[in-house]
Amino acid sequence: MSGAEHPGRARRGSSGSGRPAQNGPAYPWSHLLGRGTGERPSGPPRFADAARSALGDSAVRSSRSAAAAEQRGRRERGRGAEPAWEGLRRRATAVRERALADLERHLTDFEKAAEAAGTRVHWARDAAEARRVVARLAAAGGEREAVRSSSATAHELDLDAALRRAGVDVHESAVADLIAGLTGQGPDAESRTVRRHDRASARSALARRLPGAPADLAARPEALAEAARDYLRESLLEARTAITGANALVAETGSVVAMETEGNVRLGAAVPRRLITVAGIDKVVPAWADIAVLSRVWARSSLGAVQAPVLSTWSGPVEGDGPQEVHVVLVDAGRTAALGDPVGRQALRCIRCTACLDVCPVFERTGAAPYGSVHAGPIGAALTPQLRGTRSAREASLPFASTLCGACADVCPVGVDIPEVLLELRARVVDERRANPVPTPEALAAQSGEWVMAAERRFARAQRAASRWGRLLARGGRIRRLPGLLGRWTEARDLPAPPAESFRAWWARRSRVLAVRGGGREADGRARRGGPTALGGTGGSGAGEGRRDG
Amino acid sequence: MRIGLFVACLTDTLYPGTARATVRVLERLGYTVRFPREQTCCGQAHHTSGYRREAAALAGRFADVFAGCDLVVTPSASCAAMVRTGYPHLARREPRAGRVPRVLELSEFLVDVAGVTDVGASFPHRVTYHPTCQSLRALEVGDRPLRLLRAVRGLELAELPAAEECCGFGGTFAWKNADTSVAIVADKVRHIGETRAEVVCAVDDACLAQIGGALSRLRGGARPLHLAEILASDGGAGAEAHR
Repeated sequence: MSGAEHPGRARRGSSGSGRPAQNGPAYPWSHLLGRGTGERPSGPPRFADAARSALGDSAVRSSRSAAAAEQRGRRERGRGAEPAWEGLRRRATAVRERALADLERHLTDFEKAAEAAGTRVHWARDAAEARRVVARLAAAGGEREAVRSSSATAHELDLDAALRRAGVDVHESAVADLIAGLTGQGPDAESRTVRRHDRASARSALARRLPGAPADLAARPEALAEAARDYLRESLLEARTAITGANALVAETGSVVAMETEGNVRLGAAVPRRLITVAGIDKVVPAWADIAVLSRVWARSSLGAVQAPVLSTWSGPVEGDGPQEVHVVLVDAGRTAALGDPVGRQALRCIRCTACLDVCPVFERTGAAPYGSVHAGPIGAALTPQLRGTRSAREASLPFASTLCGACADVCPVGVDIPEVLLELRARVVDERRANPVPTPEALAAQSGEWVMAAERRFARAQRAASRWGRLLARGGRIRRLPGLLGRWTEARDLPAPPAESFRAWWARRSRVLAVRGGGREADGRARRGGPTALGGTGGSGAGEGRRDG
Repeated sequence: MRIGLFVACLTDTLYPGTARATVRVLERLGYTVRFPREQTCCGQAHHTSGYRREAAALAGRFADVFAGCDLVVTPSASCAAMVRTGYPHLARREPRAGRVPRVLELSEFLVDVAGVTDVGASFPHRVTYHPTCQSLRALEVGDRPLRLLRAVRGLELAELPAAEECCGFGGTFAWKNADTSVAIVADKVRHIGETRAEVVCAVDDACLAQIGGALSRLRGGARPLHLAEILASDGGAGAEAHR
């Protein structure tokens, strides 16, 4: 992504860290001196910095955590109700792999079939081209308004801003997007990412800001939902142009498939004269048989249900019924590049079910905003750096925004091994940094660490030195403050004082004692049951001696 | 059978009691273990931080050091996972990493190779068990540690709520994303508190360093203890005097 697309790029991105920008004259090499000491490169904030402020929002954290637990339960029940979930999951994985393996052919097949059905197919290499194409199509004939259904791709491409610049007013048709719009949230808003919002603020936003709402609109959820629906339906019924996303494109018939809970895609595809669908090129599958599998795992993994409440499909205009002008815009925006990575490409299997978000220990605490994209959570960390590249500090930080716990891979309905992708991307980021003339402090630590570990003598010496320093830092058996970057550990965690004798030192001492006693070769268990007393035993009866806490 | 003992660099330096307890349990069962002195580190920290070149070199070294063993036992689940699931990826870069003996986490060795769940331990305390992510998902040790704990005399096992959620350690994640890491462990500590256990047990000193580090800072009521130390315990006076 170019700088122009991130207004934050020109600013210092250190909001939240509270540190002042670097003092003194700005030499060309100033940023190198400041590296790792609080100075942040310019651009959108890195994940850790954005997360710091997000963690402070206790109201949102509480509702997110409750919602995540609810979603986990719903999906677990859904998967449990599926007679052969693992088999279905393997089939879905195979379906997505088959589609990606021969993507070019499926795309041209789709184009042919869709055009034959009267749909006009457009291609966009990147986000900027997609915005131009969609804005031109929407504004054609002097059109000033369009209604848009919820679409991750539309948010990823930031279509709304481009449409507004082209003089086209965009009306949201999904409740989540309506609320996000009313509260002024951006495309990476959590409600847009996971179709879920903080209920209290959603209620107040609707009650206070919904245009045309009665002043005495009750704070009852039913009344608010009804008011929101009436409002949205009105714009859907009046709209002459609709913009939608797609869950899948079927090559054999040139069809668009959209799954949803609210029904606004269905209305959008039925009422207006002009229908514009924006879809990533990764959405195409060869045949309808694939949809049978994918719609099922999507519904199970997204809603816990056996099928989506509303599944709509269309291939082109039908004379005298519904839209008479049907467009599909196929967007690359980094997907071909991602496909070129033998490990990273599996992230393109994603069917946007969001199951991985609700099992992620990181996402549950930080929410969507720190990921800086509509693709949040584990899959966002794996996908965004591939779509946008890792040049900016934020995108380079995303692969590291994971404990690699693997819970995401466990629930992914299309078998994306997200930790494996993240490891690959971490290696890519490190290798890119290796090309810099001045190594980062972390790279120096990693390289010298390897050098120390490459010889036992060096390791044992370093170990003795570190333990001595550790004991000097310790008070009452615990270290409460470590120096430098190591200190991030002790911001909120202790470390036990290192014991005077490492295991290898103990083993060497024991081996010497055993040799003197004529015990022969090292360690014959039965002969020394209970451990030699001269060595204080093998730690047996003293479980927990000198342990981690106090 | 030549059984090698691999001791994680973290365990070796900060928690040698875990490794001594492992030796004691294995010897009590009649197994002779060798500790190849040349061993240093499996390369996990490098691998998970993106330093593949360095990780591959350490993986090759690991394979050389343990070349004389038929089987390697380690009390560190994440190191065992590194060798079993990480090394195959590094083998393209460093062929020696593909020729490494099978590495088993302690509970796997005891249940699958030694064929025991009762190792004759006694530990009269209330204990809760945290299944670490790598033992659970990469090694799939399942309920082996729990079966071993249930056979310990006097031990009262308390179920940990949300047990399968990560502790937030994640290697360098604990530093790079320190705030989020702490936010995660805060909930783990809360769940441990709900069990009213005296001891939180796991099969990895790295996770125990995270959980124990937070418990220590907060002066929490539970103390962390590696499974090996509970299994090595004979319920004597030492088991009480943990400090």
